Amino acid sequence: MAFHEISLTVNGSLEQVRVPSNLTLMRLLRESLALTGTKNGCSAGECGACTVLLNGEPVNSCMVLAVECDGAEVITVEGLASDGQLNPVQAAMMQAGGVQCGFCTPGMLISARALLDRNPDPGEDEISEALVGNLCRCTGYIRILESIKEAAKLQATRA
Amino acid sequence: MAHPITPKSSSPVGESKPRIDAREKVTGAALYADDIQFGNKLLYARIKRSPYPHALIKKIDVSRALALPGVKAVVTGQDFPGFIGLYLKDRHIFCRERVRYVGDPVAGVAAINPETAEKAVNLIDVEYEVLEPVFDPEFGASPQAPVLHPELGQYIVASFILPRPGSNISNHFKIRKGDVSSAWQKCSKVIERKYRIPHIQHVPIEPHVAIAKVEESGEATLWDSSQSPFAQRDLIAETLGIPQSKMRVIAPLVGGGFGGKAGVSMESLAVAIASKVRGYPVKLLLTREEEFFTAFVRQGLVATFKMGCDVDGKLLAMQNTFFWDGGAYTEYGVNITRAAGYSCTGPYEVPNVHTDSYCVYTNHPVGGPMRGFGMPEMHSGLEQCIDELAHEIGMDAVEFRRRNCLKGGSILPTGGRMHPTGLSECLEKAAEAIDWGRKAQPSAPNKRRGKGLALMWKAPAMPGNAGSSAWIELAEDGTLTLGVGCQDIGQGAFTVAAQMAAAAFGVPYESVRVATPVDTRYSPYEWQTVASRITWSTGNAIIAAAQDARRQVLNLVARAWGETTDDLDIVNGMVVSFKSEREIPVKDFAVAGLPKPDGNGWMGGPIIGRGNFIPADVTGLDPETGQGEHAVVHFTTGAQAIELEVDLDTGRIEILKGVAAFDVGKAINPELVKAQMEGGLIQGISSALFERLQLKDGVVQNASFVDYRIATSSDLPKSVQSIIVEVPQADGPWGARGIGEHSMVPTLPAIANAIYDAIGIRFEGPPFTAEKIYLAMLDAGIVK
Repeated sequence: MAFHEISLTVNGSLEQVRVPSNLTLMRLLRESLALTGTKNGCSAGECGACTVLLNGEPVNSCMVLAVECDGAEVITVEGLASDGQLNPVQAAMMQAGGVQCGFCTPGMLISARALLDRNPDPGEDEISEALVGNLCRCTGYIRILESIKEAAKLQATRA
Repeated sequence: MAHPITPKSSSPVGESKPRIDAREKVTGAALYADDIQFGNKLLYARIKRSPYPHALIKKIDVSRALALPGVKAVVTGQDFPGFIGLYLKDRHIFCRERVRYVGDPVAGVAAINPETAEKAVNLIDVEYEVLEPVFDPEFGASPQAPVLHPELGQYIVASFILPRPGSNISNHFKIRKGDVSSAWQKCSKVIERKYRIPHIQHVPIEPHVAIAKVEESGEATLWDSSQSPFAQRDLIAETLGIPQSKMRVIAPLVGGGFGGKAGVSMESLAVAIASKVRGYPVKLLLTREEEFFTAFVRQGLVATFKMGCDVDGKLLAMQNTFFWDGGAYTEYGVNITRAAGYSCTGPYEVPNVHTDSYCVYTNHPVGGPMRGFGMPEMHSGLEQCIDELAHEIGMDAVEFRRRNCLKGGSILPTGGRMHPTGLSECLEKAAEAIDWGRKAQPSAPNKRRGKGLALMWKAPAMPGNAGSSAWIELAEDGTLTLGVGCQDIGQGAFTVAAQMAAAAFGVPYESVRVATPVDTRYSPYEWQTVASRITWSTGNAIIAAAQDARRQVLNLVARAWGETTDDLDIVNGMVVSFKSEREIPVKDFAVAGLPKPDGNGWMGGPIIGRGNFIPADVTGLDPETGQGEHAVVHFTTGAQAIELEVDLDTGRIEILKGVAAFDVGKAINPELVKAQMEGGLIQGISSALFERLQLKDGVVQNASFVDYRIATSSDLPKSVQSIIVEVPQADGPWGARGIGEHSMVPTLPAIANAIYDAIGIRFEGPPFTAEKIYLAMLDAGIVK
């Protein structure tokens, strides 16, 4: 197995790591950097629980090799809040009751963040489309979709 | 029995407090079992599984696997002779002589990384003698079927489970009430129908994971995603021959359970392997593929219903036969078939009942508890038959249900009487919300619109002595720490527990913290987080613990002030006297006590309250008739109604509106109750429209999220309405009873009834896929 020295920025900190060729970004985050907020639901790019922002785009981190992330900027759920202030998507998810077991929550929040970065005022169809790759078995999605509408409003008032 | 007394003070009960765990869950700080870091001593386990549905193990050669560098242990069934199981001890941890499903564990490996473990598994050579399999429960129950468990008669079994040794029937539950055969003649109409409900899977987003470590001394610790840490402690310890006190289970937050993480399944594999590499933590994480065919699945059901009513629409008789496809082991599933048996009439009063509910061994994946515990499967056919019978006698289906549904005092199929219930109110409210009786125009010419409704009931299915306990401790800052052994699997158990503790003791909700994670070494005992029993059962234990702590506090202050406890109360963390109008914060003495009135020395001491609860009056049922006074603790009842459209061009169903109304006794946290109703409705819709484990020769063909589709954010009804009905439960905390499972029980038949209303077609079973609907419409000449 070949190893590679890479550096990447994760939640604002520069990380220099030595990774084997087959290591996924998900395992790098969870195992090497102990950022366990990113969840492993299927390791096959199907459930969305491991979604992170890679250079601003939402990706399933189980489908990205760590070695591809040399020089990249990664944001995980741990990087959404700043200085103790929750990101609007987090605050709204709490308030609107979008959380049950919480296992899909980190991926949902990242997909929601990516959506609001693209469009700060998305319509209902756009919201449900943006989350179609994030599976949830508890909530029935209703309050999650509601949370994202609330997040858009909250973000507008903060801005 | 002496029912627990619910305190008068009720705030913050009944308020939609924010979830106690929401902040840690939105920041990524929440810890799940797979998140715990064990350092570089961690070993990874993989399992060698049977490729055959039914075979004898002739020989296992592990030498090549053991020789692989990085492999620390290889174990087989020869290492672990004990049997394991909740109600019927019918399985070994690893197979010994025989394999009974594709995926049955044959050997286990622990290695320094997952890749090496996987490689080692492939180096294990197993010789099998393939045997004839059983895939159909009706055939399996027949004398012609090969017997899959010849040892059935020797298995240890709970007293209320009735296996038939020499056959594949691991439980036969009977109801014989009244006289069905003479009742048919009095019926104006009789219908008889057969339904097949396929296997489905729980699909928690968090796969099963267990990390086990066995010390040199033999003491074992298991960290896992678990609804049942105490049951796992008990059963795994017993099977491995270690004392329960030396088996510790630590259960962090659960990323979705739905019953699949109840009892014991893959967790025992991790402990067994770890016992052969002492001192090393060993992690077993199921792949998503394994999750679909080696974790519990929901049992399949083949059900026949015969029912008749008189000219006024009064139900006179039911004869129901259930063949449950229990799979390879039915250690837990046997009780599902019992629950379906004593609930066999649905929520209706029927004077003459004849029911046989058979749990049948097959060579399918292991059936186990799943949200509803047999009720969604059973109600699927039953609630369609109710509609059909109403149509047969020309009566509106809601009116038919109105006349026949259970009221307080109605006679149950087991002979006892129904407690007060809001079922009729749920029916009326659901019918009103869906605008029953009025047919709206389809949204397009190529669409047909329909409405359907279904009722349900469900009791917690558990041993009559399933217990709960709780403790309460006060800190110097006035915070109340609540110890419970129940688990938060997403339903909000810790939030509701904190609300109840706050209300019962007399502090604000925000002043309560729950001692987590659940740890069998420190947490108080809880049977299992299953059966929608936690709010009710743990709630009663919490009240008892709070009252114990209150008693200590009030006695102390009464002594200090020279007053009687009758004049004192605890309000918002302050002890107040209604007589002297004195007050003192609890935190001032919660740990350090108070000086004696004469100033010489101290009294009181750290306050710690304890409480427990056990259902006191569940009685057994006669094994021949299923009759008994008090079969279960209570029933939660409810109704759902659906409005949908069928697309004539594609067969696709679009759910327009879903309505749920359930009698929860008392909503401790109304928004969490509604969240359960919503989540259950969508899971019910998913099971009706999309879900089926495609089993071919015992092999699950669709073991991935791509091939096994569950509802996504794009599958929601346009409108969802959740209605809370509150007819109090006499022995419930503040009158509460459970709601977790019930919300997906009537969904499928409500959808099936709406499909019939739209296109006049019924199906033998779900899922109601576009293809199936379209082909049926083609057959029926609705489309060309």
